[in-house]
Amino acid sequence: MAAVEVPIEKWTGKVHEVTLGGNGRKSVVVGGESTLPFLHFEGSLPRRPVIAIEVRDSEPKDWSPHLVDAWGDVLADPAAWAKKAMEYGADIIALSLRSAHPEEGNTGADEARKNVDKVLSAVDIPLIIYGPGVAEKDNEVLVAASDVAKGQRVALGNCEEKNHRTIAATCIADGHVAIGKTPIEINLAKQLNILLCDVGLSRDSILMDPTTGALGYGLEYTYSVMERLRLAALGGDAMTAMPMICTAGEESWRQKEAKFAEGMPEAWGDHLERALTWEEITAFSLFAAGADIMVVRHPGTVERMKAVIDRLMSESA
Amino acid sequence: MALTGIEIYKHLPKTNCKECGFPTCLAFAMKLAAKAVELSLCPYVSEEAQQALEAASRPPIRLVTIGAGESKIEVGNEVVMFRHEKTFYHPPGFVVRVKDSEPADAVGKLVAEVAGYSVERVGIELKMDGFAIENESKDGGNFVKCVELVSSKTDLPLILMSTDSSVMSQALDKVASAKPLIYAANKDNWEQMTELALKHQCPLAVCEPEGMSELAELVENVTGKGVEDVVLDPGARDFGPSLVNLTQLRRLAVRKSFRPLGYPIITFPGEAAANAEEEALLAGQQVAKYAGIIVLDHFSPGMAYPLLTLRLNIYTDPQKPIQMSPGIYEIGTPKPESPLCVTTNFSLTYFSIAGELESSGIPSWLLVCDTEGLSVLTAWSAGKFDAERIAKTVKEFNVADTVSHRSVILPGKVAVLRGELEEELPEWKIMIGPPEAWDVGGYLKQHWSA
Repeated sequence: MAAVEVPIEKWTGKVHEVTLGGNGRKSVVVGGESTLPFLHFEGSLPRRPVIAIEVRDSEPKDWSPHLVDAWGDVLADPAAWAKKAMEYGADIIALSLRSAHPEEGNTGADEARKNVDKVLSAVDIPLIIYGPGVAEKDNEVLVAASDVAKGQRVALGNCEEKNHRTIAATCIADGHVAIGKTPIEINLAKQLNILLCDVGLSRDSILMDPTTGALGYGLEYTYSVMERLRLAALGGDAMTAMPMICTAGEESWRQKEAKFAEGMPEAWGDHLERALTWEEITAFSLFAAGADIMVVRHPGTVERMKAVIDRLMSESA
Repeated sequence: MALTGIEIYKHLPKTNCKECGFPTCLAFAMKLAAKAVELSLCPYVSEEAQQALEAASRPPIRLVTIGAGESKIEVGNEVVMFRHEKTFYHPPGFVVRVKDSEPADAVGKLVAEVAGYSVERVGIELKMDGFAIENESKDGGNFVKCVELVSSKTDLPLILMSTDSSVMSQALDKVASAKPLIYAANKDNWEQMTELALKHQCPLAVCEPEGMSELAELVENVTGKGVEDVVLDPGARDFGPSLVNLTQLRRLAVRKSFRPLGYPIITFPGEAAANAEEEALLAGQQVAKYAGIIVLDHFSPGMAYPLLTLRLNIYTDPQKPIQMSPGIYEIGTPKPESPLCVTTNFSLTYFSIAGELESSGIPSWLLVCDTEGLSVLTAWSAGKFDAERIAKTVKEFNVADTVSHRSVILPGKVAVLRGELEEELPEWKIMIGPPEAWDVGGYLKQHWSA
């Protein structure tokens, strides 16, 4: 019989490339895909998906004992934590300025400057800087962080519709990248990208966070929205073609499957095994859906994701 | 791919007789294309047209059954590449492999553990689906003994793994009535394996790692002899090759309607993984990307539970999201004086708020109203999350007996319901929570005192 002809998709679009770091600091470039994740046979995947490790500016009080065991003393010192994260293979440090949260210290711009400066000096890989997730405090600490990190091309998040002008302005002024976060919906994601471009932020300075649902907690919604965003981008829609970032660590470790050891059903199995698998499957499924940057928490997840991505990125695939 | 309405219309009588219940033949054709009605509603369709339409409407991937009885595995019948295009229909079977070279008591223990495993999630019981028995010893007697041992311990479907047709024949003589999957026909043994499949009426796996053309050719040899239920093994094992091969097979089937490769696929993630953790990840990849049967070499509850959850997530119909059953849910270990929040039964809404309550560390009660699977604002605007319905739910689930206080926290987005709800529930204090779930921890710390 005749040879089987494998169908090839002819994509017209391409994901924008976004550079973090540089200017003396190591740089990481994400994006550039002209095909679906890991399908080397019909397009180019010039950049590897990367791993960011979450580091907090203050010691987390409610983290799972397995995370506390894995990191030990450095949890109280963001600079030491970032260094150790780099040793564990982080491509990027995702510094979360949680202490600015009204319930977790309510610190302000001064503390943010101090901590960002410390972490910038401790490591030479790029930074993502997250505010505490409360609108006014985000604006206060992210603008301060932006100023301290001027020229270092960090990513600042989260940028939502309500604060997009402030974050975009500070990114433009200091040469940073904005992380636009929208609640698991393709049109809202696109709309925020348009708003950011309208206020003057360039396309290569935007990352999309489609909002991560952990395994068992909405993963399939995130997964499908990301597949749709990526298909739209490859189909030629430049306003959905920003690289995507997901927060698998934060979302999986706050679910009871990962967080709690005691009083769980026997069928849930060994706590550490379950918790790690929860984070890893969440992260890996979203890489498979098109994530370019994954923010995770456990060093074991970093190791495993890197090993698997190595294999998926090898051209022989 | 399935026919369009216009293509179907060409085969209909075009008389607009309305006997099918639709005003025109075209309208009926459109309904047929959407698979909303059956062709048999048309009394005048010619036999010729019927055959043409049925052939074209055959699913691009054949539905294959492995095993007999209640716990049989049914896979195939998929019609899309991406779940958002419609849905994925038949979740892949998770099968655990045992080897006939292992000690009988170890095999027996593992089989009992896997077969007895069950875990509940959102009211659904999740279980493993079967066993693969590999003739690693290359000895027929050992294989038959091992197959008999496994089938004495479980009713779950079996996969018999041997390339030696005489060994396969001996095992089939014992268990063929349970309709095991024969693994596998290859280019050397396919004639004998095909005979066995036909004789015992069992599904047959076809393994050909050389390439798609070679695989298709071998499948056509097998189906040419009369085997209908085929499972494909394209041979690719590692993350990259598996993703590429399974993607290409799915495309050939659903985009090109290429019949010779329109069958479910079997995978062996353990053969490429460096350890059990990697095996779980590769199995996860294959859940999302196109496997029909996944043979696992490791089993532990700590890994089975996340994998079963992933399968549930990926195979949830995006058009019909999982709904929570209405009722009162415990978050943490709440006491009668713990806070009471009310929400809708859209699963994502439930998970958002439940997750936030969970991570707030404040044990609480979450009352879920039946809003037919709609989220807070959508349900409110559709009139399915109103004061009357909330009050009814409070009464229906005897909330007043569960909590000792009389305060109920409404989602901030439906603050407008407060007035009416105060009338419906005069003994209750109606509190307005934050508009977004992520803020509920802060809200409780600030506003809640029992």
